[in-house]
Amino acid sequence: MPALVIESAGPGVTLQDGGRHGYLRYGITAAGPMDPLMHAAANRAASNALDATVVEISTGGVTVSAEDGPVGIVLLAPGFRVALDGVPLPDTVALTLEPGQRLVVRAGDAGAWGYLAVAGRLDVAPVLGSAATHTRSGLGGLDGRGLAAGDRLPVAEGRTLDGAPQRLVAPWLDRDGRVIRVVLGPQDDYFAPDQIEAFLAGPWTVSPRGDRMACFVDGTPLKHAKGHDIVSDGVAMGAIQVPGNGLPIILMADRQSTGGYPKIATVIGPDLGRLAQVRGGARLSFRRVSVEEAVAARRAERDLLREAVPREPVIRTDFASDFLLGLNLVGGVTDGRS
Amino acid sequence: MSAVAEPRLLDAGEAALVVEFGSTVDPAISDRVLALDDALGADPPEGLRERVPTYRSLMLHYDPLVLDRATLAERVRALVSGATARASNPTLWTLPCCYASPHGEDIAQVAERSGLSPEAVVSTHSATTFRVYMYGFAPGFAYLGGLPEALAVPRRASPRPPHPRNAVMIGGGLAAVATVPMPTGWYVLGATPARLYAPERDPSFFVAAGDQIRFEPVDSATFDALTAREAAGEPVARRGEPR
Repeated sequence: MPALVIESAGPGVTLQDGGRHGYLRYGITAAGPMDPLMHAAANRAASNALDATVVEISTGGVTVSAEDGPVGIVLLAPGFRVALDGVPLPDTVALTLEPGQRLVVRAGDAGAWGYLAVAGRLDVAPVLGSAATHTRSGLGGLDGRGLAAGDRLPVAEGRTLDGAPQRLVAPWLDRDGRVIRVVLGPQDDYFAPDQIEAFLAGPWTVSPRGDRMACFVDGTPLKHAKGHDIVSDGVAMGAIQVPGNGLPIILMADRQSTGGYPKIATVIGPDLGRLAQVRGGARLSFRRVSVEEAVAARRAERDLLREAVPREPVIRTDFASDFLLGLNLVGGVTDGRS
Repeated sequence: MSAVAEPRLLDAGEAALVVEFGSTVDPAISDRVLALDDALGADPPEGLRERVPTYRSLMLHYDPLVLDRATLAERVRALVSGATARASNPTLWTLPCCYASPHGEDIAQVAERSGLSPEAVVSTHSATTFRVYMYGFAPGFAYLGGLPEALAVPRRASPRPPHPRNAVMIGGGLAAVATVPMPTGWYVLGATPARLYAPERDPSFFVAAGDQIRFEPVDSATFDALTAREAAGEPVARRGEPR
């Protein structure tokens, strides 16, 4: 059976599927992708089930190769730098990785999470029904840990792509992270109306210390009207809790299942990935929407994922000259526009 | 019987609804949470994905493209007005607990803070019937209510080093059994050889929210023997009728 081999992986590169569902009542976090839309889109482009297991790539980057046969790959990593055996490729690409070739994915100017799906099935034993990795509790993936050099991921029912790498055309993955839509609550009544307005307006600066558990923002601290301790209740992905220091924390895929701070609002499902892709230092604000608007956005997203992801030939002039020079592979070559 | 207050329905985004019965830790509120949990579990509407009971609320995760909010809210209101008692009987679990060194590493500190002797800390804890309010915080972390006032020491201001697996703890007026080692602000009184959470076992969890727990003191040799039995797949928690 062919296998995808991890040649090197930065911190935070993990296996993720659609998440571990059904065990929140026992304190088991769902985990799953930080950017659910891009995860599903990678699987869509690879003709897999939308919740199939993929490699989630952090800004730590990853280098992979194929062993015991070719491996068909779909990579969606907008903003990342991608190269196959030193030749730059688009950041959304389908290709067949032949044994001996190396695919390198490194952080670029934008984007926090990329998704590498194999065409076929990564053969990883599920734990509590899921291969999603939750490193804090050591569950799922490979022994509950992040991927590391030497890991070998067998590919069952693999399919390959004929010919040269192809660019995947999915402009809808290029989402603006400056305004994040939220539904107020469940504890918005812990804040006076002027503090709700201040929360929405921001602007908030995304802290670089975010991870799969939470996104932290800095700005003018919010004031609580009724204290900052509540008796613990459930926590959804995207819940925005406001602890005693008044600075919102947005709870993401690896969040705990329950929590004891008031939650002023909840990021809507379709904007979770948009938020996850925002890197430290960026500024954002929040926009209040109704449950009905959020559901409409969710429906639109589902409809997008019903369509095949178009492919087109890779054209070299797609690369910016600084990228080519940065790779130091083809000194003197320009993109033809400069 | 006096009229029962309607729960508040609070949105946690467009894919989760919180049914809030109160704002305090109270067995009567917990009973209402669990009664609704039972009723929805017995006949779940299509699109309801997860039910998460907590001290005072039931969080319902749903797929809004399958189950719309109004339909779910209507279902919840009908069930709440119809059933206030639990459909299922809670189980009383007796868990062996070794309070001896090295397991009961914080007993001396609790004795100092509570004014009880170390022996009284152990006898008070092991004489208590606890109620499992909820899981949370970490896999298999069970929050237990019913801790006697004498043991209600505040949680530590800063966390102690990670406790071992299956630590039996108290803090902030509550008790807990923790399954995954991690730093904690709670005080470790002992350890149980029973594994409340074992992902490879079927079922992975056996204690449900609403169940009762008593801790039965065992010495170190018994603890080691029971740990070996548990590891061999023979459960050491004993099931009994609730009190």
